[in-house]
Amino acid sequence: MTTVTNIEPARLPDKKTISTIVWRWCKRQPFGAVCGLILVGIILVAMFADVVSPYDPELNDFANMLTAPGSEFLLGTDQFGRDVLSRVIYGAQTALFIGFTAAFFGSFIGLVLGVTSAYLGGWFDLILQRVMDVFMAFPSIIIALAIVATFGSSTEIVILAITIPMIPNCARVVRSSALQIREIPYVDAARSLGFGHVRIVMRHMVPNVMAPYLIMFTSFLGQAILAEASLSYLGLGVQEPTPAWGLMLQGGAEEYAESAIWIAIFPGLAITLAVFAFNIFGDAVRDTLDPRLRSQ
Amino acid sequence: MGVMRRLLIAGAAATVGLAGAAQAETPKYGGTLNFVVGGNAPSFDGHQESTFAVIHPMAPFYSLLIKVNPENPSDPTAFVCDVCVGDVPKATDGGTTYTFPIVKNAKFHDGEALDAHDVAASLNHVMFPPEGVLSVRRAMYEMVESVKATDDYTVVIKLKYATAAFVPALANPYNWIYSASKLEADPNWYKTNIVGSGAFKLGEVQAGASFTGTKFDDYHVEGLPYLDGFKAIIAPKQSLRVQAIRGGRADIEFRSFPPKSRDDLIGALGAEQVNVQESTWNCNLSVSLNHNFPAFKDPRVRKALTLAIDRWGGSKYLSQIAIMKTVGGLIYPGHPWARSDEELEKIPGYWRDVEKSREEARRLLKEAGYENLSFDLVNRNVDQPYKIAGTWLIGEWKKIGVKASQRAVPTGEWFRSYRETKNYEAAVTATCQSIVNPILDLANNLSIDRSPQNYRDYINRDLDAVYDKAAKATTDEEAGQYMRDFEKGILDDNAHYMIVLWWHRLIPHRSYVKGWKVSPSHYLGQTLVDVWLDK
Repeated sequence: MTTVTNIEPARLPDKKTISTIVWRWCKRQPFGAVCGLILVGIILVAMFADVVSPYDPELNDFANMLTAPGSEFLLGTDQFGRDVLSRVIYGAQTALFIGFTAAFFGSFIGLVLGVTSAYLGGWFDLILQRVMDVFMAFPSIIIALAIVATFGSSTEIVILAITIPMIPNCARVVRSSALQIREIPYVDAARSLGFGHVRIVMRHMVPNVMAPYLIMFTSFLGQAILAEASLSYLGLGVQEPTPAWGLMLQGGAEEYAESAIWIAIFPGLAITLAVFAFNIFGDAVRDTLDPRLRSQ
Repeated sequence: MGVMRRLLIAGAAATVGLAGAAQAETPKYGGTLNFVVGGNAPSFDGHQESTFAVIHPMAPFYSLLIKVNPENPSDPTAFVCDVCVGDVPKATDGGTTYTFPIVKNAKFHDGEALDAHDVAASLNHVMFPPEGVLSVRRAMYEMVESVKATDDYTVVIKLKYATAAFVPALANPYNWIYSASKLEADPNWYKTNIVGSGAFKLGEVQAGASFTGTKFDDYHVEGLPYLDGFKAIIAPKQSLRVQAIRGGRADIEFRSFPPKSRDDLIGALGAEQVNVQESTWNCNLSVSLNHNFPAFKDPRVRKALTLAIDRWGGSKYLSQIAIMKTVGGLIYPGHPWARSDEELEKIPGYWRDVEKSREEARRLLKEAGYENLSFDLVNRNVDQPYKIAGTWLIGEWKKIGVKASQRAVPTGEWFRSYRETKNYEAAVTATCQSIVNPILDLANNLSIDRSPQNYRDYINRDLDAVYDKAAKATTDEEAGQYMRDFEKGILDDNAHYMIVLWWHRLIPHRSYVKGWKVSPSHYLGQTLVDVWLDK
């Protein structure tokens, strides 16, 4: 005789798909999620600018100069008759290109220097940190202005000018995390197994400081966009007729601030939205990755 | 005569009429004139510089040998003595010798007496600069053989040949009288120092911010100046300059505002609070193509770039947002020698049919092998009219497939790049002259070894010869014909130079500023000697 017993199958935990993770994160960080969506929107608009932009952003069309927002020109035109919407859309390309490039290089170089400084310690650490102190003694925009004033204002120089002040900030934060990791036994174990410095730094230390690195990277994005806009506004960033948000705020925007306010309003809004979105999104990433904040 | 030209002349006449009416008032003493200046001075030496950023804040510190008649600065033939005595002397020896008696009561602000030796040293510094000293207007004085002080109070100038162009050249407002002893000790001393003998002595200079001047009690003209002092406030941004006048922090800007700013000021302050003086302007915005840049060695490429520009269309719209307006060739558009609109239309770049013009430009580029031409366009980081023009020009060239990248740099670097280092491919430049005189005004188109102001860096002996014939012509008609041939050679046959548009001067100022009269040049009449405040 056979006895059949119903046995309850053990419940496996829900499978963690990317969509599940994202959804849970969205529920935990609603503001961050909304800002993330805004950023995705800005990135898509920048990537497909030639598709979504109604006009050539550099085309002078004097017959339509200083036209108010309306059905033909949704955000109006500037003093050259150029469509403000098209220039805002293409301006996103400039902002994101410079922002991402500067933030990436600034945080990456900071990461390498910070971890290396913490790992090697001694004279290398001492000298490098004093150099960082010198850079951190000056406001970022002052360093950027000095670099652009010295070397000119090409796109590459603007990226360099924004990148350099970011390096010490990232290096300092990453170094403090790396100093703790250096004392963990597995680093000693790796060293005793005869692994080289580069392997220990890259394989065992860098992955463990990714959380502060990502936090710095996201916050740098907003800062870089703001810095690019500031330099362009001061006439030291990209040059006319290249569409750039900061550049759109000077010249005609100042001259026609009262009679054609839309020239200044929309690029200003674009800068505000992008920087706000990057900052809130960065905060949400930090809240998620920082174990102390996560437990709260 | 074209309608535009008649209007320009009528406008100038109206200005003179207004100025005449203002003259009837009795001047009042006292007060400080605040004015805004839209640029930073590259140096303090007027002999070496050619920008309003130097002459506006610094002209009140200096005297001249002769100057334009302040009662009528628009007249290119009326001159009066400044540190010379009596009327401007007539030439002797068949028109080749000028003898100037010098006043005996003139002093520099440091107490040193001014005499004929100072005048002679200053003019020699301009006309025959020592090695290591740049004199940007040297080419204007090719007719001068010598300048000598025959005694303490007499200066004798001998010319190589008689020419009517000499006296206007001598009255150039940059020919400041310097101290002979200071020039002898260091010919570049005035690049970084200010000690003149003008109606105002230096108060203080705040680098990049302001210049102040106070009344010089020992000024050689009794009863002048009327003002107690002045403050020149440096404000490169036009919007700030307009707001400064609107908010009462400044009373006037001597260069020019675009029509929109004039309307804003009148709208904000009311017509009673603002006076507007208007004039045609002996200034043109141009493009200098460095003839050493490989692409620009080819005249077909240079011609293609000028053909791409719709000057007639640009004039219509740019005049609404910029201080440019008049379509013209090399010769000042109000001058009798200037080409009429109909004559201009025959020169490449001035054709009315802009599509045909651009088609020809594309053909020339293809023929020259530069269909995908790209170059760097150096520009001055000043909105009016430089950056506006630069942005517009890039759009015009884009229509024939040429890609120009604008590089707007501060005034000093802009000058250095095309004047000294020659480290440029193309540059937005401006030619601003003072007293209207085509023979002098066009001297900057002579070959580079004859004119330091030929920033294009070319040598063309054929054209030099035409110019020389004009300079030595005995009749006005003959000189005019040679100058027109010279103009055609520059603009058409060789496309050495590209005039974009001529400027239009529009000075809205607080109505209590009196005694200042607009002229066709923003360099003229800036000593502030006759200015007073009706407050």
